[in-house]
Amino acid sequence: MKVVLENLTKRFPNSNKKQPEVIAVNSFSFEIPDGKLIGLLGPSGCGKSTALNLICGLETPTEGKIYFGDTDVTDLPPELRGVGMVFQNYALYPHLTVRQNIMFPLENLKGDKKLTKQQMLEKAEEAARLVQIQDYMDRKPSELSGGQQQRVAIARAMVKIPNVLLLDEPLSNLDARLRLQTREEIRRIQRETKVTTIFVTHDQEEAMSISDLIVVMKSGVIQQIGKPQEVYDDPVNLFVAKFLGTPPINVFFGSVKAGKLYIGKEAVLDVAGVEDRDVYVGVRPEGFWLAEDGALTCNLHAVEVMGRDTSVVSDHEALDSITIRSIIPAEEQVDTSKSTVRFNLKPFKVELFDRETEERIYFEAIEPSRVAGRDMVSPDGKQ
Amino acid sequence: MTKNKSKAWLYLLPALIFLGIFMVYPLFDVIIYSFEEGYNSASQTFFGVGGYNFSYVLHDPYFLQAVKNTLILVVITVPVSTGIALLISLGLSSIKKLKELFQTVFFLPYVTNTLAVGLVFMILFKKTAYTEGMVNLLINFFGGNSVDFIDGPYWAKMFVLCFYTVWVVMPFKILILTSALASVNQDYYKVARVDATPRWRVFTKITLPMISPMLFYLIITGFIGAFKAYSDAVALFGTNLNTAGMNTIVGYVLDMLYGDSGGYPSYASAAALILFAIVLTITCINLLASRKNVRY
Repeated sequence: MKVVLENLTKRFPNSNKKQPEVIAVNSFSFEIPDGKLIGLLGPSGCGKSTALNLICGLETPTEGKIYFGDTDVTDLPPELRGVGMVFQNYALYPHLTVRQNIMFPLENLKGDKKLTKQQMLEKAEEAARLVQIQDYMDRKPSELSGGQQQRVAIARAMVKIPNVLLLDEPLSNLDARLRLQTREEIRRIQRETKVTTIFVTHDQEEAMSISDLIVVMKSGVIQQIGKPQEVYDDPVNLFVAKFLGTPPINVFFGSVKAGKLYIGKEAVLDVAGVEDRDVYVGVRPEGFWLAEDGALTCNLHAVEVMGRDTSVVSDHEALDSITIRSIIPAEEQVDTSKSTVRFNLKPFKVELFDRETEERIYFEAIEPSRVAGRDMVSPDGKQ
Repeated sequence: MTKNKSKAWLYLLPALIFLGIFMVYPLFDVIIYSFEEGYNSASQTFFGVGGYNFSYVLHDPYFLQAVKNTLILVVITVPVSTGIALLISLGLSSIKKLKELFQTVFFLPYVTNTLAVGLVFMILFKKTAYTEGMVNLLINFFGGNSVDFIDGPYWAKMFVLCFYTVWVVMPFKILILTSALASVNQDYYKVARVDATPRWRVFTKITLPMISPMLFYLIITGFIGAFKAYSDAVALFGTNLNTAGMNTIVGYVLDMLYGDSGGYPSYASAAALILFAIVLTITCINLLASRKNVRY
């Protein structure tokens, strides 16, 4: 079922009454297509959990509308919306077994929806098989690992076949290895059931890896909506650029003069179509290109060999962050005897942002011949 | 290792000495007394050893009356006070306005002196030359006949004693239960809401199991406390409880030791051991029941 949010706003009164109200969610408008997995992404306190609670119905919006399909559910309580919710701490009933936990929502059904005991057991079994927890049906939650508890919580949310599945920070209580495994699991369950799923996370890697669409939020305002790769490649502002990607984007103070981009005193790139101004220059870690006569000279700190590729840590006087982290292919050799390392920049991995508004400034990326290197060449040899 | 062990014992020594002198030794002494027939505390002599003291106590009508009173008190006050405390705590945890005020009001009896509370109950229930007592005035107002709650029929006296006990033990239970309710993770209720769980089911399937450890704690301590009731009866009916027919087991023990007919440490010891046996049995049953019902 598709979910449409229209100007959704939630204001909380400030606990200190003299202070203005807190706007947790500020006029959200977007449409979630049917059967997609959406990641609501943002730093802590940006209102993403509130947004999820609004969709769930646990909070009522101050303004705006929520539609499930074509039905206006804004004023419906959560139990009538047909949502399944998985909480960050799973909220499994500790005194009930896995089976009883999964059956709990079914036992609440009334009227003509009421199921027989046998039907309930079958449905619970089915939901358990979906999340592959069927071998632990008679255990108590405390006898399960974090990942297994997570599955039970998902099974409980899925057992009534909800219109929309909501997951609040589903992976944050798991260790790193389980997190990888569980996020694929969530992806699989979502694909199998085709239930529209919205999940909240502050971990950009998590959101990028499994979402069909990501919604990046900052202090209650949507910054950008799009496919993970699109948002990563084409952020609309500095916040989104900084938020996505590990290692994070490297940000320099730069300026544009006569169609050339300067970082410090060095002209590093041709940026046609940008008037002269001060800018932030964002360069993705993979946007660096090792070159003897590179335009950007950085002070070399360390070279970290990762096996698959090499991470070069350096700094620069015009750098906004603490260090530059650039990732280069493992075959490239960095001369560690020198105190400096020189890079050219890959134009498509460089993004300019306004110094004041931090909004993106677009430029025509032209491939300068001196930068053209092996991996910049397309398969047919043309550029 | 052995050095550490001796150190540990050294640290434990003060507590052990005190416990030994004031707990273990008297306990064994009580057991010994209870089997010494015709023990005279002045001359420290006794006739022989046997079960006569127990037999005497068990055939003493005052003791039987005390056991009956105590049992009625326990059976009525423990469930009633726990139940009402649970209702009040549920109410307290669901209101927002004036919550602190109500919490304070409900907690007041806990910090009030037993005898002061007894005085208040006198005003409520006692007939004097000047007034019938508050409760009787109310009963009269609704067209009923006055009842003498303090010197009148047995059921009236028992009602006052139970009422008083419930009122006195309630604050502590409310305190424990409100904090138990507050410590239940709100996410459980949110999940229940999303799953359209009816309110009654939320209460029986989520709230009750979640607070059940605290509930059982209150029931067990409530039983023990009620079995040890004494001062409440004194506050209401004065020290001559046997005459009033409102004695409790602990009251009987005290009477045997220090009362007008006192000076019989052997009988007192036997009665105390019988009380001990009763409380132990009930507590064991309680613990068994709680092991079945408190499941996490």
